[in-house]
Amino acid sequence: MTLNWPILSVTTFLPILGAVLIMLLVRGNEGLAKGTARWIAFWTTVVTFAVSLLLVWHFDASSAEFQFVEKQNWLGVASYHMGVDGISLPFVILTTALMPLCIMASWVSVQKRVKEYMIAFLVLETLMIGTFAALDLVLFYLFFEGGLIPMFLIIGVWGGPRRVYASFKFFLYTLAGSVLMLLAIMAMYWQAGTTDIPTLLKHGFPVGLQQWAWLAFFASFAVKMPMWPVHTWLPDAHVEAPTAGSVILAAILLKMGGYGFLRFSLPMFPDASHFFAPLVFTLSVVAIVYTSLVALMQEDVKKLIAYSSVAHMGFVTMGIFAATTQGVAGGIFQMISHGIVSGALFLCVGVVYDRLHTREIAAYGGLVNRMPVYAFIFMLFTMANVGLPGTSGFVGEFLALIGTFKANIQVATIATLGVILSACYALWLYRKMIFGTLKPGLESMKDIGWREAVIFTPLVVLTILFGVAPKPVLDMSAASVAQLLDGYNKAIAVKKTAEAAPTQDTTVGIAR
Amino acid sequence: MNELSNVNALMPILPEIILACGAMLVLMAGAFSGERSGAVVNGWCIIILLVAAGFLLSLPAGRYTLFGGSFIVDDYARFLKLLTLAGSAGALVLSLDFLTKEKLQKFEYGTLFLLSTLGMLMLISAGDLIALYLGLELMSLALYVVAASNRDNAKSTEAGLKYFVLGALSSGMLLYGASLIYGFTGTVSFVGIAKATQAGPSIGLIFGLVFLFAGFCFKISAVPFHMWTPDVYEGSPSPVTAFFASAPKVAGIAIFVRAAVTAFPGIVHEWQQIVVFVAIASMALGAFAAIGQRNIKRLLAYSSIGHMGFALVGLAAGTPEGVQGVLVYIAIYVAMTLGSFAVVISMRRDGMLVENISDLAGLSRTHPTMAFFFGLLLFSLAGIPPLAGFFAKYYVFLAAIKAGLFTLSVIGVLASVVGAYYYLLIVKIMYFDEPAKGFEPMPMLLRFVLGVSGLANLLFFVYPAPLVGAATVAAKSLF
Repeated sequence: MTLNWPILSVTTFLPILGAVLIMLLVRGNEGLAKGTARWIAFWTTVVTFAVSLLLVWHFDASSAEFQFVEKQNWLGVASYHMGVDGISLPFVILTTALMPLCIMASWVSVQKRVKEYMIAFLVLETLMIGTFAALDLVLFYLFFEGGLIPMFLIIGVWGGPRRVYASFKFFLYTLAGSVLMLLAIMAMYWQAGTTDIPTLLKHGFPVGLQQWAWLAFFASFAVKMPMWPVHTWLPDAHVEAPTAGSVILAAILLKMGGYGFLRFSLPMFPDASHFFAPLVFTLSVVAIVYTSLVALMQEDVKKLIAYSSVAHMGFVTMGIFAATTQGVAGGIFQMISHGIVSGALFLCVGVVYDRLHTREIAAYGGLVNRMPVYAFIFMLFTMANVGLPGTSGFVGEFLALIGTFKANIQVATIATLGVILSACYALWLYRKMIFGTLKPGLESMKDIGWREAVIFTPLVVLTILFGVAPKPVLDMSAASVAQLLDGYNKAIAVKKTAEAAPTQDTTVGIAR
Repeated sequence: MNELSNVNALMPILPEIILACGAMLVLMAGAFSGERSGAVVNGWCIIILLVAAGFLLSLPAGRYTLFGGSFIVDDYARFLKLLTLAGSAGALVLSLDFLTKEKLQKFEYGTLFLLSTLGMLMLISAGDLIALYLGLELMSLALYVVAASNRDNAKSTEAGLKYFVLGALSSGMLLYGASLIYGFTGTVSFVGIAKATQAGPSIGLIFGLVFLFAGFCFKISAVPFHMWTPDVYEGSPSPVTAFFASAPKVAGIAIFVRAAVTAFPGIVHEWQQIVVFVAIASMALGAFAAIGQRNIKRLLAYSSIGHMGFALVGLAAGTPEGVQGVLVYIAIYVAMTLGSFAVVISMRRDGMLVENISDLAGLSRTHPTMAFFFGLLLFSLAGIPPLAGFFAKYYVFLAAIKAGLFTLSVIGVLASVVGAYYYLLIVKIMYFDEPAKGFEPMPMLLRFVLGVSGLANLLFFVYPAPLVGAATVAAKSLF
């Protein structure tokens, strides 16, 4: 808090600086140039991470206010306003922490147009951090949408055989959802006279506008999240993206949807959120059960993990819109945990893909004989994905379920089914790939090398650490979550008394 | 006329005088020194345009009316005139190298550019229907000739002829509308018409309005008067197409907005419907029809139809915010268009021009810088933040939302998503596909235009205040 330099802007724009450096210093795409580009990108992300750790160091978790606030006059109708609170800071750190790992994961597997690849990733990092740190709706939109360009190129240039289809689907789906949000942002501007998020959080919109705006924001975030039935771009994008692209997609881009719900939908449109909660519950439960079943049928490793991501995001939306302390905290924790775990799972797939160049589950089998260390790491993350107690996956799902249980028993019950189903597909995948007899063609598989070990170590540590001691993350967001729910409950209470209708016992069943 | 006795009173019209005298001078110079002087004369034309822009800038701020109110110089006119001059000068810069290579370097070319630009400036300042028509015809007649400037090429002459015939038709409609308006209001001046319509619309006046707007729509190639655009864009020499897509569009939009806002403020509701329809139709057609195109110039033609639709969204709002949106939009549009055409003009392989989109395959590897900037422009045309094209759309839709035009806005943004598809298609061809044979190196002047336009689009968000502020001031001067 007492820092006298704009730490948040520095964190956000450092990666761009790295990208510019690469652009200026690296000529061509041959041996030496490739190395230079990689090292510059790596050190940029490491330094960015280090700077972002300062944010944690100076962050006052007891306050629900926005911190490290910077404000500059900018567009006339919008201002350059940055800041983080307990809800956004974990995502900023998640982004900066995963980035160096992504660069390392691409060290060997990306050999073509390395310079452009690194530039795209660094630009993407800036846009992602900016999305979480923006405190002005227009600025937020700028970062949120700008991220499409580098991701489009990453999937399209360095992706697999159907990369064109996947990149177009990704881009157009997300754009279609977001433009509606843009119109809602404009309507909010004319209503409130500002696009400043802290002001809007206190504004209190009329119910009619709330519902339309909620739907428009929902269109954008539901696609990004992704929620059933607009999730179909995700499996395609995941399958075709290069490993690091998948990691970023699963670990961070999906979280923008959840973050959006927490930052905008719930606090700015409480009445609408309350009104539409049954819709969200329904979609979440369908996502949890249906996509888990779909995951069981996959023949492609990445597709399976992609569908499992959709299912896990179902827990998040369910928890958030349960609007209870546990639910929201669980949703945030689940997002962080899923960021680490699914990122790690995609890295695990990347490890074998680098060696065998296929993602077909049937091509693998008996890997434990050749790659014991890999088998162990893969098991750990599989278990975390299932939600085994002692891993971070458990804490998030458990909290989200408890939170939902308080709000809606049926929904929570069906969602619990999803936990069982996730065990089914995850264990099935693990057995197929790791156990059994060694498939022909796998004899020469080497266990993970030192570079890969360096990538996995922090992820393994964090998965277990957050599994047994989730407190750091929960504490960081506790004050902000409490304030958010306080405002939400007040708004609902005001509406209830205003209606003053014969309120029969609404034990927070399916609202209305 | 008393005011003419004072030379100082003519100061506001000095840029036009410079263009008129300049055009005659270069015509003389060209005619006397023969065919070989083409390059020099055309170069001089750029300087004349810049000098005119300089005088325009040096004019003290304020509102001037000349010739009994038929010529108005206000902040609005100044903004758009500068933009027009920039567009014309940019298109001429794009022409120089092209004309030499294609052996089309003739002094008439630059002269016609000057005359056409003179027409545009008069159009922008028009304060009554007569001045409007004079400016419009001067602009158009010169344009018809430039379209056919590649005389030995069948496509080019066809383009010129097509443009001329359809243009004459639209002029006829415009005149018919003007005469109806005169008949029902008893005046040709915008101020007078505004007074006469305060009481409310009469059926004859509305007929006149429709015909007048039809003429405007033709000039800015808005649906349903867009049919000439793809053919003329494709047939004309590429730098001429760049010119068509930039400066005349500015002038057309300028007079459209001025006439609608200053002459018909009493019947906003009546013309708003027309503009809403035209905007929706243009955005939709621009988005869907471009998808199937193989020729980059035809594609850009449909793209410009779509962009005119977006610009009209601001006019549909009919508020100062809306006009501001239109001005920001058109300024950014000109910058994007000139940059894109710099790429189109430099698509030259083995001494031959190529125009197919597939010829751009793998451009990111054969010409990385060119592909980077063109990619930026395409994303900007698609309206993806943080590029300038996003802000262009942002301001017009902001105004439309304030005016309560929700249906229009929703259709508009969805059309922009469809439109994004074909811009992405070009990016895909440049970045994802295997490289085709490289183009010849890009000439310096084209590099300059592409670089300036690309950087302007990329860095607009850093410091948008000058353009947005100027547009605000300009929009206010109309109300």
